[in-house]
Amino acid sequence: MTSPTAPSPADSAPPLVELRGVTCGYGERVILRDVDLTVPRGSVLALMGTSGGGKTTVLRLIGRQLEPMRGQVLFDGVDLAALDREALYAARRRMGMLFQFGALFTDLSVFDNVAFPLREHSTVGEAMIRDLVLMKLEAVGLRGARDLMPSQVSGGMARRVALARAIALDPELMLYDEPFAGLDPISMGVAARLIRELNRALGITSIVVSHDVHETFAIADQVVFLANGGVVAQGTPAAMRASTDPLVRQFIDAEPDGPVRFHYPAVPADEDFGVRAP
Amino acid sequence: MSWWNPTDVGRATRALLVDLGRGARLFVRLLASLGTTLQRGRLIVDQVHFLGNHSLAIITVSGLFVGFVLGLQGYYTLQRYGSAEALGLLVALSLVRELGPVVTALLFAGRAGTSLTAEIGLMKAGEQLAAMEMMAVDPVQRVLAPRFWGGVIAMPLLAAVFSAVGIVGGYLVGVPLIGIDAGGFWSQMQGGVDVFKDVGNGIVKSFVFGLTVSFVALLQGYTCQPTPEGVSRATTRTVVIASLAVLALDFVLTAMMFSV
Repeated sequence: MTSPTAPSPADSAPPLVELRGVTCGYGERVILRDVDLTVPRGSVLALMGTSGGGKTTVLRLIGRQLEPMRGQVLFDGVDLAALDREALYAARRRMGMLFQFGALFTDLSVFDNVAFPLREHSTVGEAMIRDLVLMKLEAVGLRGARDLMPSQVSGGMARRVALARAIALDPELMLYDEPFAGLDPISMGVAARLIRELNRALGITSIVVSHDVHETFAIADQVVFLANGGVVAQGTPAAMRASTDPLVRQFIDAEPDGPVRFHYPAVPADEDFGVRAP
Repeated sequence: MSWWNPTDVGRATRALLVDLGRGARLFVRLLASLGTTLQRGRLIVDQVHFLGNHSLAIITVSGLFVGFVLGLQGYYTLQRYGSAEALGLLVALSLVRELGPVVTALLFAGRAGTSLTAEIGLMKAGEQLAAMEMMAVDPVQRVLAPRFWGGVIAMPLLAAVFSAVGIVGGYLVGVPLIGIDAGGFWSQMQGGVDVFKDVGNGIVKSFVFGLTVSFVALLQGYTCQPTPEGVSRATTRTVVIASLAVLALDFVLTAMMFSV
């Protein structure tokens, strides 16, 4: 564990998000076991790790789309489990989430998708909403695509539209679920730059779930590796690059075999193929 | 799952009770949403247009053919007793009391119910409902409720269209084709159909069927597995459950209306 950067005013403030001893899963399958995690205000925190390691589960816990079996998830010091529907929705209005494939409303245009949260939650008139939507679309470079339908935009553009929609209500916390998955290198670079720029310009806190080492290390202040139901390593991108932890090394060097086995557990091959050693 | 293993039976029963409880809670939330949904009437109007207008073709054509058949079969029976002029009354009573609401509900389940289930299921699979939740917008209020009340409003209107077109169908077969007296056809109908007992009961039935079909379709979409296979299964379940529920409720309602 490494302390990454020099102390800043944000470091002295209480963390925006905190997981305390969280155990969580789906049905009887436990995904996270007794996990502690702190997300400092104003930082970009990257959650990395193997598939099924619980990265997206952490995002779902922070949005209370999933309840922990044990432990607490705190947002701005408040235990999310204790909130009623109204208070939970008030907390969610302070969050924005970018889903893996954008989750745009397919029956609404790009403009109406971005306007959706504004129309639902604000009392400002249509003229003001128009200006706000165009500003958000300008921030992601898609002001000219306002009249297109989601079926008419590429995967990378859809992700940017979803990003504009997620920041429409000026959230304090942005949650990104695999923002680089399936994107070409140009779109990936654009997405990474946007995440960093929005974090700086809006002064928000960001949590990025990603597999992409290069792009994620370039924008993250802190990296947390999740595997086997817990945090296995944590630190700055530079510290992670220098890490000797076998799992972190396998992940960063993209080795096919290591602590994470290439082969799924199976009976010996000679048993399956009916071959006996001479 | 084996039926002789108490653990499996217990687990299945518990799962069934959980599903029933979840369904009942959703139904209550949808009913309670009427006030807030009416405040955003535009959403309901859109759904009445989407569900009702797009079902109009199948309802009209089906109504016409059902009317044709009623005309032919009714005449075949009535002419044995020398009361062919009562054909208008027979066609009208059959349609407004029974066939209009029931056949419309069955067609509505197949045409609009499946579309509702698939739409909600695909929204769920595409994480659109989760995205809405994360935007602090309740999907039950914003997505499900307008569709539910849209379906409830559209059903009696469609049943009325079905019955009206069916009566025209019966007239076309009875009067121009077979040669029954047109005055007798219409006057028997006018004299024999009671606005409250016959038409009113038909409207009550179609309203109840509207609640049933819309709720079943939305529940199946909302609780389906968010996978292509899950959505496809949910769509099939909508047709099966909604159709059986309509037929069973029709018997219950008819029995209650007879006893009044």
